[in-house]
Amino acid sequence: MAKRSAPEVNAGSMADIAFLLLIFFLVTTTIETDSGLNRKLPPMEDVVDPPVIKQRNIFTVVVNKNNDLLVEEEPMEISELRAAAVAFLDNGGGKGADACDFCQGARDTSSSDNPDKAVISLKNDRETDYKVYIAVQNELVAAYNDLRNREFKRLYPSAGLSFVDADSKYSDPRTSSSEKEALKPKLDAIKKLFPQKLSEAEPSKTN
Amino acid sequence: MSKFKKKKGGELPAISTASLPDIVFMLLFFFMVATVMRDSTLMVANTLPAADQVQKLDKKDRVMYIYAGKPSDRYQEKFGTQAKIQLNDKFATVQDVGAFVLAERASKRQELQNVLTTALKVDGETNMGLISDIKQELRKVNALKINYTTRSGDYTQNLK
Repeated sequence: MAKRSAPEVNAGSMADIAFLLLIFFLVTTTIETDSGLNRKLPPMEDVVDPPVIKQRNIFTVVVNKNNDLLVEEEPMEISELRAAAVAFLDNGGGKGADACDFCQGARDTSSSDNPDKAVISLKNDRETDYKVYIAVQNELVAAYNDLRNREFKRLYPSAGLSFVDADSKYSDPRTSSSEKEALKPKLDAIKKLFPQKLSEAEPSKTN
Repeated sequence: MSKFKKKKGGELPAISTASLPDIVFMLLFFFMVATVMRDSTLMVANTLPAADQVQKLDKKDRVMYIYAGKPSDRYQEKFGTQAKIQLNDKFATVQDVGAFVLAERASKRQELQNVLTTALKVDGETNMGLISDIKQELRKVNALKINYTTRSGDYTQNLK
């Protein structure tokens, strides 16, 4: 009997099959946008005795229904908002117990006493566009981040990171726990210097 | 002379395509691993606004998504052009948000129930009124960690 060798399977169509699968996954893939601005809402229960905040420690930002910005009763462009917020937070006009020894601002007595006391109040109209609101939020967060970066670099020059980098490193699941433990007190210290006090009022109704 | 001639002769050999399947498979595996199957089909317009001070969101199992925006073209006939909320695969009203959050929370593991984040994927053209209503509902059910999901990009893109 003649010895028959098993015929070789033709693998020429393998590429076609693989291409088909590849195209299927290419089409169904949505690279998810999973980043954004994290915020914390205030709890629902009413504060019985709201703390009294001095007017000079409040930085009011109002966005009206035409998406115009009113900062401290003055109209302003969004591009100027970051600098204005930094100037307000970093002012450090307080004396005595409220004095701020790391602030580099103008120390204007009519502006905020201490970053710890300074509150940014954001108010928007029900007809404000969401994207403008996000732009404003973004600039206010940027003001905090700028100041925090500055202090982080000043206090921990050996880390070689900015606050934002250190924070994202801290929340990255791949960072080892020993590194996280080293980062946490530094981050907490900076957050204590410039606490993010961003209060949002309930929106006003349009008449 | 003949020595050289010998080598010169002959056509260019055809490029072997034997490794083509391997290359394609490599790409295939990359996309298979990187793919996140969307668990709900979008029924609203969803052009996210841009921001550059973004933070990464938590792991996917700790996040619940709320979509909002104008209904997409094929739903406009039925649902109109007013911005609406989408929860899972359905359009919903503001009053449904609380129940949705509680149901989502109950479906998660015990240890995750307190660390859940609500991601708001809202179209840039939406009015803030709807978002404030959602936020009020979230406060009522004590879901206080929220994330305004954005594209990464410069904020000036939002102002056009």
